[in-house]
Parts: sequence; C-alpha cells; structure tokens
Amino acid sequence: MFLIKCPYCGENRSELEFRWAGEAHIARPENIAEISNEEFAEYFFLRDNTKGVAYERWRHIHGCGRFFNAIRDTVSDNFLLTYKAGLPRQPVPGSAPVSPDAPEGGAA
Amino acid sequence: MRKYSVFAVAREAMRSHKGWEPQWVSPEPRASYDVIIIGGGGHGLGAAYYLAKEHGITNVAVIEKGWLGGGNTGRNTTIIRSNYLYEESMDMYEHSLKLWEGLSQELNYNVMYSPRGVMMLSHNTHDQQSFKRHINANRLYGIDNEWLTPEQAKAFCPPLDISKTARYPINGAALQKRGGTARHDAVAWGYARAASDMGVHIIQNCEVTGIRRGPGGEVTGVETARGFIGAKKIGVSASGHSSMLMQMADVRVPLTSNPLQALVSEPLKPIFPCVVMSNTVHAYISQSDKGELVIGAGTDQYHSYSQTGGLQIITHTLDAICELFPIFRRVKMMRQWGGITDNTPDRSAIQSVTPVKNLFVNCGWGTGGFKATPGSANLFAHLIARGEPHRLASGLTLDRFRTGRLIDEAAAAAVAH
Amino acid sequence: MTKKSFRIKGAGRLTPARTARFTFDGKTYTAYEGDTVASALLANGVHLMGRSFKYHRARGVLSAGAEEPNALIDVARDAARRQPNVRASVQEVFDGAIIQSQNRWPTLAFDTGAINNLLSPFFAAGFYYKTFMWPKEAWAKLYEPIIRRAAGLGVAPKEDDPDHYANRFAHCDVLVAGAGVAGLTAALSAAETGAEVILVDERADVGGALLFDTSTMIDGKPGYDWAQDVLGRLKAMANVTVLTRTTAFGYYTHNFIGLAERVTDHLPRPGKNLPRERLWQVRAKKVIMATGAIERHMVFANNDRPGIMLASAARTYLNHYGVAVGEKIGVYTAHDSAYEAAIDLKHAGVEIAAIVDCRANPGEAVVSAARALGIEVLTGHCVLDTSGRLRVSSMTVSPNGGDAKRRIAIDALLMSGGWTPSVHLFSQSRGKLKFDKANDRFLPDIHVQQGVSIGACNGTDDLSALLAEAAAAGGGTLSVSGSSAYGWTGGMIGAAEGAGKDTVVKAFVDFQHDVTAKDIRLAVREGMHSIEHIKRFTTNGMASDQGKLSNMHGLAIAAEVLGKEIPQVGLTTFRAPYTPVSYGTLIAHSRGDLFDPARKTPLHGELVKEGAEFEDVGNWKRAWYFPRRGEDMHQAVNRECRTARETAGIFDASTLGKIEVVGPDAAKFLNLLYTNAWDTLKPGKCRYGIMTREDGFIYDDGVVGRLAEDRFHVTTTTGGAPRVLAHMEDYLQTEFPDLKVWLTSTTEQWAVIAVQGPKARDIIAPLVEGLDLSTEAFPHMSVAECTVMGVPARLFRVSFTGEIGFEINVPADYGASVWKAIWERGQALGACLYGTETMHVLRAEKGYLIVGQDTDGTVTPDDAGYGWAVSKKKPDFVGIRGLKRPDLIRDNRKQLVGLLTKDPTEVLEEGGQIVADPNQPKPMTMLGHVTSAYWSENLGRSIAIALVAGGRAKMGETLYVPMKDKTIAVEVTDMVFFDKDGGRIHG
Repeated sequence: MFLIKCPYCGENRSELEFRWAGEAHIARPENIAEISNEEFAEYFFLRDNTKGVAYERWRHIHGCGRFFNAIRDTVSDNFLLTYKAGLPRQPVPGSAPVSPDAPEGGAA
Repeated sequence: MRKYSVFAVAREAMRSHKGWEPQWVSPEPRASYDVIIIGGGGHGLGAAYYLAKEHGITNVAVIEKGWLGGGNTGRNTTIIRSNYLYEESMDMYEHSLKLWEGLSQELNYNVMYSPRGVMMLSHNTHDQQSFKRHINANRLYGIDNEWLTPEQAKAFCPPLDISKTARYPINGAALQKRGGTARHDAVAWGYARAASDMGVHIIQNCEVTGIRRGPGGEVTGVETARGFIGAKKIGVSASGHSSMLMQMADVRVPLTSNPLQALVSEPLKPIFPCVVMSNTVHAYISQSDKGELVIGAGTDQYHSYSQTGGLQIITHTLDAICELFPIFRRVKMMRQWGGITDNTPDRSAIQSVTPVKNLFVNCGWGTGGFKATPGSANLFAHLIARGEPHRLASGLTLDRFRTGRLIDEAAAAAVAH
Repeated sequence: MTKKSFRIKGAGRLTPARTARFTFDGKTYTAYEGDTVASALLANGVHLMGRSFKYHRARGVLSAGAEEPNALIDVARDAARRQPNVRASVQEVFDGAIIQSQNRWPTLAFDTGAINNLLSPFFAAGFYYKTFMWPKEAWAKLYEPIIRRAAGLGVAPKEDDPDHYANRFAHCDVLVAGAGVAGLTAALSAAETGAEVILVDERADVGGALLFDTSTMIDGKPGYDWAQDVLGRLKAMANVTVLTRTTAFGYYTHNFIGLAERVTDHLPRPGKNLPRERLWQVRAKKVIMATGAIERHMVFANNDRPGIMLASAARTYLNHYGVAVGEKIGVYTAHDSAYEAAIDLKHAGVEIAAIVDCRANPGEAVVSAARALGIEVLTGHCVLDTSGRLRVSSMTVSPNGGDAKRRIAIDALLMSGGWTPSVHLFSQSRGKLKFDKANDRFLPDIHVQQGVSIGACNGTDDLSALLAEAAAAGGGTLSVSGSSAYGWTGGMIGAAEGAGKDTVVKAFVDFQHDVTAKDIRLAVREGMHSIEHIKRFTTNGMASDQGKLSNMHGLAIAAEVLGKEIPQVGLTTFRAPYTPVSYGTLIAHSRGDLFDPARKTPLHGELVKEGAEFEDVGNWKRAWYFPRRGEDMHQAVNRECRTARETAGIFDASTLGKIEVVGPDAAKFLNLLYTNAWDTLKPGKCRYGIMTREDGFIYDDGVVGRLAEDRFHVTTTTGGAPRVLAHMEDYLQTEFPDLKVWLTSTTEQWAVIAVQGPKARDIIAPLVEGLDLSTEAFPHMSVAECTVMGVPARLFRVSFTGEIGFEINVPADYGASVWKAIWERGQALGACLYGTETMHVLRAEKGYLIVGQDTDGTVTPDDAGYGWAVSKKKPDFVGIRGLKRPDLIRDNRKQLVGLLTKDPTEVLEEGGQIVADPNQPKPMTMLGHVTSAYWSENLGRSIAIALVAGGRAKMGETLYVPMKDKTIAVEVTDMVFFDKDGGRIHG
C-alpha cells in the first residue's frame, strides 16, 4: 500500500485515501470539436504507459478532494515528487533511485 | 521429437529416466529469420508453433528476455472459458476453447485441460440481466452457458453459502461446463517443445532493445542483448511490455499495464470441484490438482511494472472469498504474487497489423490472456503469415480506436443503477 | 506402546509441575506447558508425525521452527475450531488439544498411499506432463480425480469458523523483525533513543538461536538469561511494543509490513473476547531485519526417515524443552555447529554413535572438544544410506570416495549442511541480493526501502561484529559484549557424497514434495535451465515451507549439472507470506455486515416497518416491493402499479445521487458537462440531462433543477453518484479551473419522497407551505424551495411514472417524520407504497430509460432516442467530438425501441437475444437484446424495451427472441406504451 504525499495537504497518507487518475499532462484539445479522428484517438486512448519514471495524476479523494500530479518510478513504485495540478511538468528530482532489478520473477 | 506416452515413461523408469532429451533446444541465433516473435509466453510460443505447423514457416525465432512462460503465462490463475458477450470475443475465446479441448493430444504434452465448469455468481437483478444476456447470446452462437438457481449452484459447488442473510445473497449463477482450468507452465513448455521440434529457435535471456527499420519504413530486425538479428516480419506478443516494444518502432498502442495479484492456499484434500467467479464481490477461486486454493485478486489501481501490489488488494479479495465460502476462514494463504496485465480502453485484446510494414502486434489481453492462449496464438500466426487478420480476429484491430467500434465487454457488464 | 519418557532431568526451561494433556491420532499424551506438539511427542518417544505429499513416505519432525516441512498436523479444539497443515514444531500444546496426523490412510503407521513409494521410478519429476493423455476425455474424468484425491495434505474445515479476528494499524519509527541476539540488541539500542519501537518474533519466547545455543555468553550472562533481561527492560519502556508469537510475514511497498499475531492458539481456554489472531498493518520509518538463519539439511540417500533431523533442532529440543531426540544418535555434518549439538547431548548423558563430517578439515576446536568427550569423529566421511521403516535404525558410513562401508546402529541422526541466511523479508522488499561465494550463500546487497539487515540474515557470523552492527542499526549508543564458545566454520550446498549420481537412490532436497537430487538433474536434462523452470518442473520449493530448506540445495545441484556458477542460474523470487497466514487474520473484521457496509436511506426504518422486501443496488439496500399478507411479489407489484396510476404511490427515492452545483459559472460548467444546453433553463425549472464522456456514450442521466441563477440541484443515477461527481471534479479542477463553480455531494443530505399519481397533489398539498401546487403555478418540470410541515424542503414537480409527480427533498434527519405524515395522508386517500420493481414497470410503460439497464456504455444519446437532448448549438461539451466518430454515426446502430410479444401474456426474458430469422444455423446473427421486460398490469399485457440494430426503421416488423425451449415472436414498436400523448403528467 503506497504512502503518498498530497501536495495540498502536505502530509504522507495511505493509498486508501487516493485514487489514481491516469497519465498527467494530457490537455484536452481547446478545439476538440474540430480535431481529426486520429487526433481524438490519440487524445482519448493513447498513453505512454512508461516503464520507469512516469508522470501521473492522483486525487486525494478521501482527503482534500484535489487532483494533483506525481512523478513515480513504475518499476520500483517509488514516488519521486508530487506537485499541484496546473503546474507545468516538473523535472525529475535528482537522479532516480536505484530500480530494484529483482532476481528473476516467479509465481506458483 | 520423442513421443511422450505412458509406455515411454515406463521404459524410462527402468533406466532412471536417463533417456529423456531436452524438451526444446536453445541454439545460437541465426543472422536472420523469416519471422521473429518477441515474447516467449504461451501466445508467442504458440504463434511460432502454428506458423510452422499451419503455414509452413519454420525459419522462426521466439525471443524472450527472461525465461519461457515467466510472464503472465506462469502467473495467472489458469481459468478457461468462452462465454463472452460480443461476437468478436465469442469468436476468439470459443476458437480458443475448442483448441484447448484437444491441445494435450495436439502437442503430445499433457496441459491438463480440466473442464470442471466455470460458475459466475449472480448477486442482484443487474447481474441476472447481464448474465442472461450472455447466456442467450452464447446459446444462439453455439456456446454452452446455462442459468442455475441458487440451489443448483450449491449442488454444483457445495462449499458455497447461498443463505439469504449473506451481505450479497446469491440469486443464481451462470455456468459454462466446458470452462475450467489447465496447467499454465505446461502450455508454454508444450508449445516450445513442439515448435522447437519443427525448427523454431527459442532464444531465452535475450532482451530486445530496439526494432530496426529499412528505408521503406519496414522492419528489418531487432537489436538485442546478443546483437542484431534480422527479420522479415516481427510479431510483438509481450503482454504488459508490448507498448514499450512498439514504441521502439514509433507505434503507440493504447495499453495500460496494471498489477494483478493472486494467491494460493496451503494444499488441501479436494474440497472445491469447479471454478467460481463473482464480479459483484470481486473474487475468483478454484483448487489446483496439488490441492491449493487458487484465488485471483483484483487489479491495483495504478500503472506499474513492479509485479507486486498492495496487501489491501489481497485482503479485500479474501474478504469476498470468505463471504462466499465461510468455511475457508481457517485456511491459510501460502503464497501471493503479482503479474502485469495489459489493459486496453475497451478491455478487449489487440491483434493487428500496424502502421509499420511487417510489424504485427498481439497484446491487451488483460485478465483474459491465458484462456485465449491457443486461439490467440493460432490466429496471430495467421495474421503474421498472411498479413491480414483471420475472420475470427478481424474485430481486434487497432483501427477500432479511431472509428469508435469498440468491443466493450466491461461496459456491457454496465453499472449498478 | 512406549511409556518411556525422553525428558532429561535438569535440562530445558519448562516447568514439570505444569502439564497439559492432548491426543495424537486418538492416543493421549502428557506434555509440559510450553511444549510444542513436536517436543511433547518426542518426549514421549514418538518420531513418526507425518507422511510426505507424493510418495507418502513416513516422516518425523525435521526442525524446531517455522521451516518444518514434514510434521504437519491437524489441530482442533472442537469440530469447528480445526486447523489443518499446522507445523508440529510451532504449535504449542494446550490442554485438551486434539491432534491428528494427515495425508495417510488408514493410519499413520500403515498408509496404503505408500504404494506410491514403490512406484516412484514411474513418478519422476514432471511425469504427468508426458502421460494421462489418452483417451482424450480421460484426464478430467479419470486421471485427474485420482491425482487430486492423492494430492493435498490436510483436510479443509467443514464448518463455519466461530472464532473472530482483529486488525490494528500502527506506525512506528523502528520495526525490528526477529528477537534473537541481533534483534534484541537493535531494539534496545533504538528504544534508548526514545524511538517508537515494535519488536516482533514468531516464537513464543525471545532469544532466537539463544534458545538452543547455551555456550554463548552476553554481557557476562548465559545468552538466554541476557535475552530475558533485555526483554524485561524493553517491556518496561513505554515507547516499545513487544509482540511474540507474531510473524512479520510480508514487507510491502513504502515500508509497509504485515504482521500476524497468534493470540489464542496456545491457550487451553481462550477468553471469549480475545481474537484468535490479529493482523497488524505497520508503516515503519525504518525496518530492521534480524531474521536469522535457517540450518540446512544434508542431501544423501534416504535422508528423510523419522529420527533424522537438523542438529540445531535436536539441540533446541534438549536445551529448551529438555527432550533427548534419541538414545544413540549419529551426526552427519558439513558444519561445525552440529558438533555442539552432539556435545550438549553427550553432556546430557545421551550416547553419540559417531559424528560423520564430510569435510577433511573441520574446525579444530569443536573436533577436539567432541573427541575429548569420547565421541568418535569421522572426518572426510559420508553417510551413504540409512535404514529403518518408521524410524531410522542405522546409518551406513564410508570414507569419501572409498569403498569401505560401515553400518552404525542409531535411533536418531542429526544433520547440518550449514546455515542459510533468512533473506525473505529483505527480498520481499525488493532488495537486491549478492552471492557470497566463500560461504555459498546469498546476502543482502542493496536495500531499496528504508530498511537494514543485521546479524545472521546479513551474514554477520562473528558475535562481536554482530552486536556492534545491531547496536548501530538501532541508532543508539548501546554497547553489548559477548563471546561464543566456538567459532563456526563450514557448510555445503547441493548433494552430498552419499546422494548418488543418477542412480535410483532418493536423496531428498524438498522433503514435503518428495523432490530428490535426481529429479533436479532430470529437469536440467530435459532442458529446464532456468531455476524457475526447474522449480516448476520438479515443484522444488513449492511446498508449504516455500523452499526454506530446499531452495539452496536445488540451486546448487542445478548449477553443478549445468556447469554454471550459482548466481548465473539465478534464484527464485521470495514471495510473501514468510509463513502461511490464515484468511481469517487477513480478513479480520471484514465479514458479514462489515464486509461491505450496506447503505441505507433515512427512511429505511419506516420501510422495514411497512414490510418492505429489499434488493441490493450497488451497496444500497432499496425497497423492492411491499407485499401485503398472502401476496407474492408478482401480486404485490401488480397492485402497486395499479394503485399508483389509479390513486397514487409513494416511493423512497433517497438513493438518487445529488450534487449541488453552485457559482457564477455553474450554468457554463453544466453546459460543458452535459449534452444539453443549460443557460436557457430558468430558475424554478427542471430539465432532464444526459451526460456523456468524451467518447460520446451515455455516462449518466438525471433531472437537474435550477434553484437560482448560480445554483443547480443535479440528480444522478443511484449507482452513478460517486463517479459523476469525480468526473465533474476532474474537469472542474484540471480542464476548466478558471470556472467559478463549487461542487458538493448532497446525496446523503436529503431524504427524497416521491409521490406519484392522480392524487399526488391532494396528498401533499396540505403539508406544503408557501407554494401554490396548481399546474398553472407549478407545472411539470418545476422546482421550488418551500417548507413541508415546517421543514425546509426542495420540491420538484417531476415524474418517472408519467403521472402527476412530486419529489419532496427534506433534510435527512426529518425524512422519517415527513414520510410518516405523507404516508398517513396517502393511506387515507387510497394510495400505496411502492418499491423499485413497480418504479421499473411504471417507467417502462412510459418508455423512460434506465441508464445501466437499457443502456450499457456503448449507447449514444441518439441510440437511446434522446438525440434531441444533444445541443446542436453549443461550441463545446464533453463528448462533442467522440459523438462524431465514424462508428457512432454509421447506419444500423443499435437503437432503443419497444417490443410487444405476439402473445400478450408472454413476458420476455431480460437479456433475451433478438434475431430476424430464428431458423438460421448457429452462430446466429443477433440484432440486439431485450433490456427491460415486465408484465404491465395497467395495460393487461407484457411490454419490453430492447436495443435493436436499426430499430427505429423496423417499426411494425416481426422479430424473434429464441429461448432454450421456444421461440417468441415480437413486434417492434414505439417505446411509449401507456398514455402516448402524455396528458396525465400535466393533470
């Protein structure tokens, strides 16, 4: 269960208080009514699905209710930064922590 | 290939099993192949097998970054069924189920397909409407699926609690008797062995780091940890990693990779005869031949490649299991694990040509990948060999995200009202 | 029947005065309080405790801890409180315990399943993949049932578990996992800094290895006494929580640790209020892993007979429990630690037959100490084989590589292959391991979470170094000194000399699953070169001990055959839990009503009084229908439907989602979120709105009332309320943040009473104050704020039945009293209460759709016949582009239409599929499906709504709904079945 810092509340709180809200920094086209079918598909369906450092949105749904942005390593699941909605894409702080290159995966 | 049989085993028993050969060989890669399949799971290995078997294309390599079947093939809860709603889904999953029924014989490898019945529990009017929609569609399509009363459901699965005082009482169930389970590893190994026997190269521990393209934009091969390997055609079948691989060829596919967890109990004597699923309370369960209760948990909410997930997902699943089967509260969880599911916006798979010539993709199977294995592999081989989809997979192309012609199994299940 | 006791007088730490009686397979035994089942049985001379999984080999207890693979038992208090697959080496005896052995028939000593052992040449690893394939159906019908019956270990409980479980969330500065020397030191060091510390240990007692290791002195005291002192000090500190019998079973993301505390399983008569087990979900700032090491067995022929066990286990049984595990004991070792077991036993008066050490040069100190006691030490020797049916009776010893064989009579054989650091938690935390080649072990390398490994699990062997490391990890200034009698050297992994190469001998690597060295070799021969393949092919490490003993041996054997270094072969992933955890513990309180708390409306109690039957809608309990005496559901619904149209009906509509949309830009915002136009809606009026997502499919619907220029009362579907609000918030906060709008969920704030029917106005009028309810003054689709019985209210003139209708919103706390007054008036005027079923029928008679039933997420407003609700004038709204995609504007889309069965008494099945030609071969072409179907009492016939491809162009056509046993002919019609001109609603 993640521990997530809400940039509005300023506290680390349990994932149970949050909802993941997809990739960040995908703006709705201002001229959406005029865009092509391809552009619409790009906007509505296509996501980077990044392996590694990814920008994403969360909502502190059982807290302040605000949407915010986060930078998370999708291999280690470590959060590198959370920041308020509306701010531009923030740089990745420092260098990413070591991604655990776990021994071979496995399952029963 | 040495045939497997009870007689062969008996003969080997007499000489300490010294005569068995490797099930597949792992040769040095050739400079180039007619077809390279990226991803050594059931789908990729199966596609290689059917390319050789049905299309005469044997100059094929399957390239796997880890070990065969180490992704979702070896991490899933092995449920097989075909009682989906949309024609595109029924076509694919029923094709697959028919192949499952003869797969052990086809491959001469016991994949332990066990049609013990998959029962989906209905808890309310909405479930009932949805299930009956499925049942009627399935019947008119020639797929078995039947409605059971709560009493019939209990007769089919005695540990089930059908009391009216349950938090979410059961008002019926949909049963597909031909549904069941199979042995996941055996599917990968069986395809690998049979494909290898026909000349397919199986290359493990070899990560693809790039897809090279020619002057016309067509694919020419892959960069790998072991150097460049040429290919006339490339099929990507790498589950949650497919979108990354496709990006190497500048193709974006609508995928989100989510953690999906599962768990098994300690081994118990037979207590659970079938597969039971409940969408309302989010749980599915069966008992393996070893006696473990195999339980599928829900998807973690975020996108991740970590192959782990939160304990709260596991506990919530067990809450649901023990509501349905209160006698299991003293059973113990022995092992939990996670995989990476590759989910599309409409929760249906993508099997498609791509904007890049001679590059094909098979992904987006979400939680349905294992049951689709033989069917998907079979039709993906057709797609790669012919350059166009088989009739039974023609709805699964990427184009649907442009046109809006989605195959929305999730939406069809709709919402409570 | 042996009456003999193997208790050694003066040995051990249990109190002979306190005894407990228990039965094992029906026979009564006496134990000391504090005994485990294993120690108690051993004290009574019983070694045979279980049968293996595959070959049903007779097995005794191998260990004295959680790694036990063999002695799995069934423990019961009574029929319902029965637990299979319990480790005898962990379960404490309590008075009255009913213990049974498992996986045997008819008895443990005579088990017919042992036939498998004779057939074992056939049952090699993975044999089942190669056979059982003919005939095709036989796998599921014949072979699999036989295999399933033979497999499994314990018998699942048959009764509902009467015990309860608890859950605690906790935060701490430092969590210490393991209360051995390292863990106790670290915990004390941390606690002295004032940090909040949680110290856990899986055993009943702290001390770890000090339970058996009597030769270690710490701070001048025998190790065990020091441990008790430290425990006392820790317990006295307010900032420390010590949890024994508590397993740190999982180390999850972001320093989240799962603990399973066993609270009552050792008590003879647990208090009723005590939970059986407690789940702790701990978020620790720092995790100190002091999880120790597990002794390995030796892999050689027939190393599994009862009486053969780990040397440290025998030492624990002697030094802690005061039990000698035999009278003439052999030792087979590759590590110095086993000598100390022999030395301790010898001191206790037990005969040591010989110490066989496969090393040419063991540690000199232990060898001379053993020899000084007169123990025969055979260095450079191996044990080739053992004999004995239900208990080991001899070992066959030979010099390494030599031919001379010597058979030595024994009744127990102690093994030590060295020690495997317990890196389970570390690996679960996704830390990276390194291989310590000198000692054949994997050790923590890079910690990726806020954790640190200390002591034996970190490969720190030297006691002084360990104490310093532990004190430092705790962060304090504590200084502890200690000394061990002997330094330990040695260890081996893989098959020992006596394992035999590719012969028929069974040298067990994984005891429970009967995986032998030759099985691992076979797997490699068959091309399984990844350790994961080897594991899965042989099932090595997949038993309930999850490879605690077997993994390193299996890996070494595979590496040897492959000719590779161990790190190149890899290591299987360590997964939680460390030891199995009860579902009940993981569930804790989430059962029954607390599994998913039901949502009930403010009127729920009134509905119960009126005899409502309820249905689950999402997590709501909604009144379904109100049967009167003798009525079945059908009769009740028919009466309710009739009464509502003839007189009036009263309905609890409180579950409808409600969102207050307020602010100067409220209308602008709704314009963007709904397909309709809102700026034209005047205050005091309502409008039916449709919401789509960007994809253009119907997402939700509902009536929106405008209370003022800047205030809207939005209603949503019952199930849609949370996601509609989230959807609105998303757009408001991130896409349209400049709009001045505030959104508030008010679903629970209002009780909503719908009164519908010709007499609706008569019923409510006397109760409503300050509002003219006449049609002229307050026509259909009006909203006003007023008071009802003096209670501030929002009154809507809306109808979901086609009758004159009012929806009275009053603050939830007043709901019941207003409801009672309205119902009293209603009864006087001949009205009825109705539930969701009647609501469904009445709205279907009018062709009103229900989102989620008549639409399914693939339906556009136009498909539903609500094309008019999509504004053609607005420059933008959510869905505007999605709606124009090629597939959403093509011909022949599925459209909502009415269906009338040719036989008016026939009610269609909701979910029935519709075809043009019922005689076509399968797979049939399906045109759509029945979304709603009811008996309409008011029309005296059945009615239905359906999604049909090109439906609106098929009016009047005959289609078919093929059922299992018949085919039903239907006519495509308009969706409005009742009061087609809609006059009643305005009356």
